[in-house]
Amino acid sequence: MNLQIHRATLIRFQSLIALFLLCLALSILSDKFLTVSNAWNVMRQVSVNICISTGMTLIVLTAGIDLSVGSVLALCGAITAGLLKNGIAFPAGNLFIGFTLLGALLAGVLTGSVLGAFNGWAITRFKVPPFVATLAMLTIARGLTMLWTQGFPISGLGDTFLFFGTGWFLGIPVPVWISGIIVVIAVILTSKTRLGRYIYAIGGNESASKLSGINVSRVKITVYTIAGALAAIGGILVTSRLDSAQPNAGTSYELDSIAAVVIGGTSLSGGRGNILGTVQGAIIIGVLNNGLVLLNVSPFWQQVVKGFVILLAVIIDKSNSKND
Amino acid sequence: MLKVDKITKRFPGVLALEDVSLTLEAGKITALIGENGAGKSTLMKVLSGIYQDYEGQIIFKNEVVHFANPKDAQEQGIAIIHQELNLIPYLSITENIFLGRELITQYGTLDKRKMKVRTQELLDMLKMSVKPETLVAGLKVGQQQVVEIAKALLTDSDVIIMDEPTSAITESEVEVLFKIIDDLKNQNKAIVYVSHKLDELFRIADHYVVLRDGKSVESGKMEGITQDLLIQKMIGRNVQVHRKVPIETKEGVLFSVKRLFLKHPVRSREYMLKNISFSVNKGEIVGIFGLMGAGRTELLETIFGLHPSVSTSEIHVDHTRMIINTPADAIKAGLALVPEDRKKDGLVLGMDVKTNICLTTLSDLEKRGLLSDSKESQLSEKYIEALKIKTSSPQQLAGNLSGGNQQKIVLAKWLATKPKLLLLDEPTRGIDIHAKSEIYKLIIGLADTGMGIIFVSSELPEILAVSDRILVMADGAVTAEFNSSDATEDAILRAAIPKSVYENQL
Repeated sequence: MNLQIHRATLIRFQSLIALFLLCLALSILSDKFLTVSNAWNVMRQVSVNICISTGMTLIVLTAGIDLSVGSVLALCGAITAGLLKNGIAFPAGNLFIGFTLLGALLAGVLTGSVLGAFNGWAITRFKVPPFVATLAMLTIARGLTMLWTQGFPISGLGDTFLFFGTGWFLGIPVPVWISGIIVVIAVILTSKTRLGRYIYAIGGNESASKLSGINVSRVKITVYTIAGALAAIGGILVTSRLDSAQPNAGTSYELDSIAAVVIGGTSLSGGRGNILGTVQGAIIIGVLNNGLVLLNVSPFWQQVVKGFVILLAVIIDKSNSKND
Repeated sequence: MLKVDKITKRFPGVLALEDVSLTLEAGKITALIGENGAGKSTLMKVLSGIYQDYEGQIIFKNEVVHFANPKDAQEQGIAIIHQELNLIPYLSITENIFLGRELITQYGTLDKRKMKVRTQELLDMLKMSVKPETLVAGLKVGQQQVVEIAKALLTDSDVIIMDEPTSAITESEVEVLFKIIDDLKNQNKAIVYVSHKLDELFRIADHYVVLRDGKSVESGKMEGITQDLLIQKMIGRNVQVHRKVPIETKEGVLFSVKRLFLKHPVRSREYMLKNISFSVNKGEIVGIFGLMGAGRTELLETIFGLHPSVSTSEIHVDHTRMIINTPADAIKAGLALVPEDRKKDGLVLGMDVKTNICLTTLSDLEKRGLLSDSKESQLSEKYIEALKIKTSSPQQLAGNLSGGNQQKIVLAKWLATKPKLLLLDEPTRGIDIHAKSEIYKLIIGLADTGMGIIFVSSELPEILAVSDRILVMADGAVTAEFNSSDATEDAILRAAIPKSVYENQL
């Protein structure tokens, strides 16, 4: 009995324990790892993935998936940067619209929301599997990014804008504040609101949810819209940190994001998991990346190691849920 | 040819078959009949190797056999043709027939030529003029059935079991099927024919075996027996469930549905439900009886707004016209549906009891826009106590509870919406006797508070026990209506048996 309780606690905190062991090992192996500046550095890098993965978690909880987050991130970052720097000029009417910082940011987030809503609409209205609908969006958004930027980075965006990606507030990097606030809101959303409850119910049993009077389509569209908006915020953070919107930004971010969700213990078949798990998953990936760099492991090997960590995490998770 | 000797099959809490014996003779067709839940499908699954753990013996060609799996049964000569056809639509006839037992050339590749020749032989024998390379998706249902039969013949089966083979095919296809069955009989195969359509059995069967409540109660020759006698043998029990006293103080019409039609999902010119009209009074329990495929579930689903684009109807609740296009509309109109398959449609098994109970009424359980844990606990504890749901705590996962208690959770979540009319689809399926009687009591108690109840069931005794009025459905239409005082099992079953083309020939 006692053993069982210990086991249950162990399972509950498994990703925290893994994270702790990982940090312990890295601090022994490298004297640069356990420093305040490195810690903030890791967190700053991780915060983009946390933004995206929070949205991804909501989607995965409904038994869906979003492959388009990386491209949406790039497009929204580029739109914000482009509007901020150049505004919109209409050659025909000699019309020019300039954008304030706030306007440009809102336009970026709005674009992400619209693309997310489009995903949700295609999935619910035409019953396109989420994998396919968002795969299409991955290509569409990347193409739109190329069109918008003409394939060139948009750089030199002004100091105020750089504050979002590089600034500090009360001794904590601004991106960490932003992702932290998003996480808090998402935790409340999932655990304390009707929408959150419906998300879990739909992932657990869609047809029972529908029969219970839940508007399944509306919930799904909302969730994809939120994920699009969060990808946009991620795009703004990336652009601000680099002081440049790269047309190929965010490539394969969707994979890191799905990895964070899965390592965090959220089931890809939906209905089971939570936001805080995903945050731990994202930090584990971030620490691993950082540690491997500090240890001078070649980037090629880094990918191999990361792949095995993801596999291991899922295998452990599967064997745990079987024992329940 | 094949002898089944005292087979008993247990499921947790249920005795599905008890000391069932039967004998199949070569060159004879044996009809297996019984009500829904009498044990027919369990027996067929034992015979075809799907269930391996049973008590008793199967003696096949004078040897005791015990099949390890369906493939083993097939190889030894027992083939089953299920009611739902098990063909892969986008493979050809040949590929389907040889699926899992492909012929291989000496180089290890598929021997397509040989397989095609063999398929052609089988199709010729079954007089089907379709090319072996035709995709199954392009065949009519009747033709697909013939492909299933060809599959059975490929392994040279001695025993062929057919489960409701005419349930999905047209009249002319039935003719073809019967000719094939006659041919098989002349080839000395033993055939088990399961069907609700009694008139068909009189046409083709030689022997009959009646199953009732998991026991083999009667067997004999079809010659000299009548349909009435068979029906009696199928029912044959004394009803001892307490019958509800019909309420005479009917307080007026609560719910009515008029001219309800539902289109067939595939064949768009046909209707699944045809012109159904009925009403329910306040405090009245209306039982709806029908055999498998009569359209009972579809009727409830259509009323509840699950098929808005393919159905038409006119629904009134409390004399107000209601437009119901989604379950949310239905709930707003005061309806609640307890679905037939509680695991698939009723519960989120991975969520706890409390969350499941609260799922339909979350908007009432909020405080300042956030869900209130105390309100949720209050609601769920109220219903756990009222319905006597046996659970270690409200936090227990719904999936860990017994069938009866799961059904009570589904009831609880719907009672929480304070419905005016409760639609129950087979509410006692798969739950034990004790839980059943608790559910009956509950339903009667609810009706006494003025709630209208539609109670769909395929079990006659329970329909008779709890209903005030009984509607009988067959083939998507209401075929009879009884007051519970003058309803008899006999009359109900007679109205429920679908009429096929042979009615007039008898």
